[in-house]
Amino acid sequence: MTVESVFPRLEALLPHVQKPIQYVGGELNSTVKDWDACDVRWALMYPDAYEVGLPNQGVMILYEVLNEREGVLAERTYSVWPDLEALMREHDVPQFTVDAHRPVKAFDVFGLSFSTELGYTNMLTALDLAGIPLEAKDRTDEDPIVLAGGHAAFNPEPIADFLDCAVIGDGEQAVLDITEIIRAWKAEGRPGGRDELLLRLARTGGVYVPRFYDVEYLADGRIGRVVPNAPGVPWRVSKHTVMDLDEWPYPKQPLVPLAETVHERMSVEIFRGCTRGCRFCQAGMITRPVRERSITGIGEMVERGLKATGFEEVGLLSLSSADHTEIGDIAKGLADRYTEDKIGLSLPSTRVDAFNIDLANELSRNGRRSGLTFAPEGGSERMRKVINKMVSEEDLIRTVATAYGNGWRQVKLYFMCGLPTETDEDVLQIGEMAKNVIQKGREVTGQNDIRCTVSIGGFVPKPHTPFQWAPQLSAEATDARLAKLRDSIRGDRKYGKNIGYRYHDGKPGIVEGLLSRGDRRVGAIIRAVYEDGGRFDGWREYFSYDRWMACAEKGLAGTGVDVDWYTTRERSYEEVLPWDHLDSGLDKDWLWEDWQDALEEVEVDDCRWTPCFDCGVCPQMDTHIQIGPTGKKMLPLTVVNK
Amino acid sequence: MQRIRLRYTKRGRLRFTSHRDFQRAFERALRRSAVPMAYSAGFTPHPKVSYANAAPTGVASEAEYLEIGLAAVRDPEQLRAQLDESLPAGLDVIDAVEVRTPNFVERLEASEWLVRLDGVEPVEAALAVARFLAEEKVEVERRTKNGVRVFDARGAVAALEAVESQVDGVTDTAVGTDRDVRTGRACAILRLVVRHATPAVRPDDVLSGLRATADLAPPVPAEVTRLAQGPLDEESGTVTDPLALDRAAAPAG
Ligand code: B12
Ligand code: SF4
Repeated sequence: MTVESVFPRLEALLPHVQKPIQYVGGELNSTVKDWDACDVRWALMYPDAYEVGLPNQGVMILYEVLNEREGVLAERTYSVWPDLEALMREHDVPQFTVDAHRPVKAFDVFGLSFSTELGYTNMLTALDLAGIPLEAKDRTDEDPIVLAGGHAAFNPEPIADFLDCAVIGDGEQAVLDITEIIRAWKAEGRPGGRDELLLRLARTGGVYVPRFYDVEYLADGRIGRVVPNAPGVPWRVSKHTVMDLDEWPYPKQPLVPLAETVHERMSVEIFRGCTRGCRFCQAGMITRPVRERSITGIGEMVERGLKATGFEEVGLLSLSSADHTEIGDIAKGLADRYTEDKIGLSLPSTRVDAFNIDLANELSRNGRRSGLTFAPEGGSERMRKVINKMVSEEDLIRTVATAYGNGWRQVKLYFMCGLPTETDEDVLQIGEMAKNVIQKGREVTGQNDIRCTVSIGGFVPKPHTPFQWAPQLSAEATDARLAKLRDSIRGDRKYGKNIGYRYHDGKPGIVEGLLSRGDRRVGAIIRAVYEDGGRFDGWREYFSYDRWMACAEKGLAGTGVDVDWYTTRERSYEEVLPWDHLDSGLDKDWLWEDWQDALEEVEVDDCRWTPCFDCGVCPQMDTHIQIGPTGKKMLPLTVVNK
Repeated sequence: MQRIRLRYTKRGRLRFTSHRDFQRAFERALRRSAVPMAYSAGFTPHPKVSYANAAPTGVASEAEYLEIGLAAVRDPEQLRAQLDESLPAGLDVIDAVEVRTPNFVERLEASEWLVRLDGVEPVEAALAVARFLAEEKVEVERRTKNGVRVFDARGAVAALEAVESQVDGVTDTAVGTDRDVRTGRACAILRLVVRHATPAVRPDDVLSGLRATADLAPPVPAEVTRLAQGPLDEESGTVTDPLALDRAAAPAG
């Protein structure tokens, strides 16, 4: 059964839409395989605009891992903007892949990557455009298996109604295992239809199939328990962890789009996981333990990737890149190797305490010296103890002084507002810190034109973190606190003009909070928002708080719970949390103790360097920390083809 | 510094590439194929590339031109093949000459366009063309950032004719390879030669002119391909090869 390309029909619509190039595919290093020569076919989606989704490493990796396999095919699809959506509906063009423009409905698996919850409404748009029923219970053997992955999938309950299954953790091995199960089931002639396939997947213990779990509620609205309802289905579903990143050097051939995208560089993930233990950080908690790629492995990936792409910049990606045990040698090795080619280097996440000036100099050697960015996250020393971000103000000032002394003129600081136990006073300290930074800069340089920008986001409590029990600060209280800070900064005669102040208002955070810690009852809200026209919730110009609140009122009618119940309510130790049956390896009692320590302002150490603090991940998942130094050096390349 | 002029195409679905998109793709192709580029001086050095007269987004082209500066001498044909290999299919580099004459941009006097009007009867198109050509002036409107602008679309037109409609031949090579075999639906094809003037008259403007003079309203958007740009031979109304002068100036052998 050959599947026809929808391109001829799509092409007629393209002259009428913005940036049509994003829909035509043909990216360098993309792959189109023969449909009939493959027996398992994946459509992978990043549910946001092409310009955000294309550079996503997760999708790029899985795309390549799958396409490398004999008999397996993977194509990509992204959210279409409302202008094209309207035309597709009018002319009956279905959701398509950009590789061969095949309809998504024709694939075996429709895999979605959620790095944020704000992509949920976009998933519904795509399902509907694809002609796949929105709710899993209405699907037939003609429909693909709808599978979610990515960080947000660690609490898939709000979208449980729309998913056939979810995978938590690293996807590389998991997608191959799922492929084999599907292949075997198809080869046997699809015994038992999709129910049987889902059962086979669920029984592995590594694929969550929501329909095989019943959620029972207590009279007060809390969850009583979550029980498997099919034989052989485990009580808890486990996360996947890939060990030895050197064995998974993906992407080997990064995609290079014709269209402009948010990230125009060659990214190499230099390690996975982070054990700094910042209590607000879901990424750090769910990706344990730390697994480093070796310096030699990184060197090879960069060289191969640059050859394959022609990018001018290399991003050394991870949760806290300066923490790699050999980061100094890596940065120097790369800067040496690519001096002539004018290749720039960047680290997306640098901690104040891991910053050192030699490293910063290496990074800016072949390119431009941009501003420096740090994320102290908490304005006061007390706050930083609560969140376990062990950075003292002296550390920061010392670092900044060195940076100014070495020619930097701009510092950007990231903070959060609404952290547990926070008061106005804690937030006002953000302004004080900015003033101290500028004062130090003036002192060191003898100049007045020193700038410091503070950027403040609202804190959203996330599942699988010590703050999963914490009350979220209401939008009104967040806005009031941020207004006080603004007034105190603007009112300062000596420094006010040199402080840039950027902040987000509190409303979007409440919706994110609802989706992050929601349960299955939240699904009705998501559906209502989608049906009312909600799209692209991560985009300020599309997001509508009022629509979300109106739909929440309707969607939650009769349940006895409301938006505040999900967001600003503090949870107790006994409460069954909606994601408790998804096992990230973290011991719930350890998380609770860490929550209590937070309230008492007690810090914990990083298990990379001090004895293990028993979060539970390594014993539960049978994993271990993998770090250097390897003692190896990045070899200079011999110059070929001159 | 050696300078090379290149002719490249925007074919098939890659006609939706904007000029900015093309620039990025081209500069990356230069890096991938390790072309010894000359760089501009300054804090953020740029490779020396200059582009001439890019076709609008959505319009295909067989005749786009650019010029690059090299830090080391290279054989133009080898360089062409190397760059062509490095660019996605559809963005093809099809000609290269070493620069030996000045004032290249001034040489691009006119463009020849092929306009495919799906769903339009060829006779109807021929009639509209005749009406349009009979006028001395045809005022059209174009929406710009600064509001609606009115100008003449007739004066710049050096030639316009309805050519035999066929599903093969010119059309297919011009439009590209990745399209479906066409259905037998009515389809008119116009060949259009327009002088490069200010304000620039684009095929779109001529289509507006056809609508204004003869009520020609294609049911689907026209598919436009630039076939050539270069010196205009006023007598025959044809556009000639702008690289010919450089080729002629090359030392024999
Ligand atoms: C580069 C980056 C960006 C870039 C590029 C984003 C992009 N398009 O990919 C930019 C700057 C644009 C960006 C923006 C944002 N980012 Co960001 N970003 C990162 C960063 C540094 C790397 C991401 C990455 O490539 N990881 C590596 C890949 C391989 O991992 P992965 O995507 O999770 O994929 C693996 C698995 O999850 C799984 N998987 C993924 N998808 C699927 C699908 C299926 C079907 C299966 C089976 C498996 C599977 O398999 C993959 C391979 O193992 C991370 C930090 C980090 N190191 O993870 C933050 C991070 C992901 N970003 C984050 C945030 C908050 C944002 C923003 C919301 C910020 C903002 N307020 O605007 C936006 C959201 C943009 C958007 N709409 O997606 C957070 C997410 C927090 C969370 N989950 O709670 C992170 C974790 C940083 C942090 N510590 O807070 N980001
Ligand atoms: S179990 Fe121990 S070693 Fe493993 S990640 Fe947790 S703290 Fe680190």
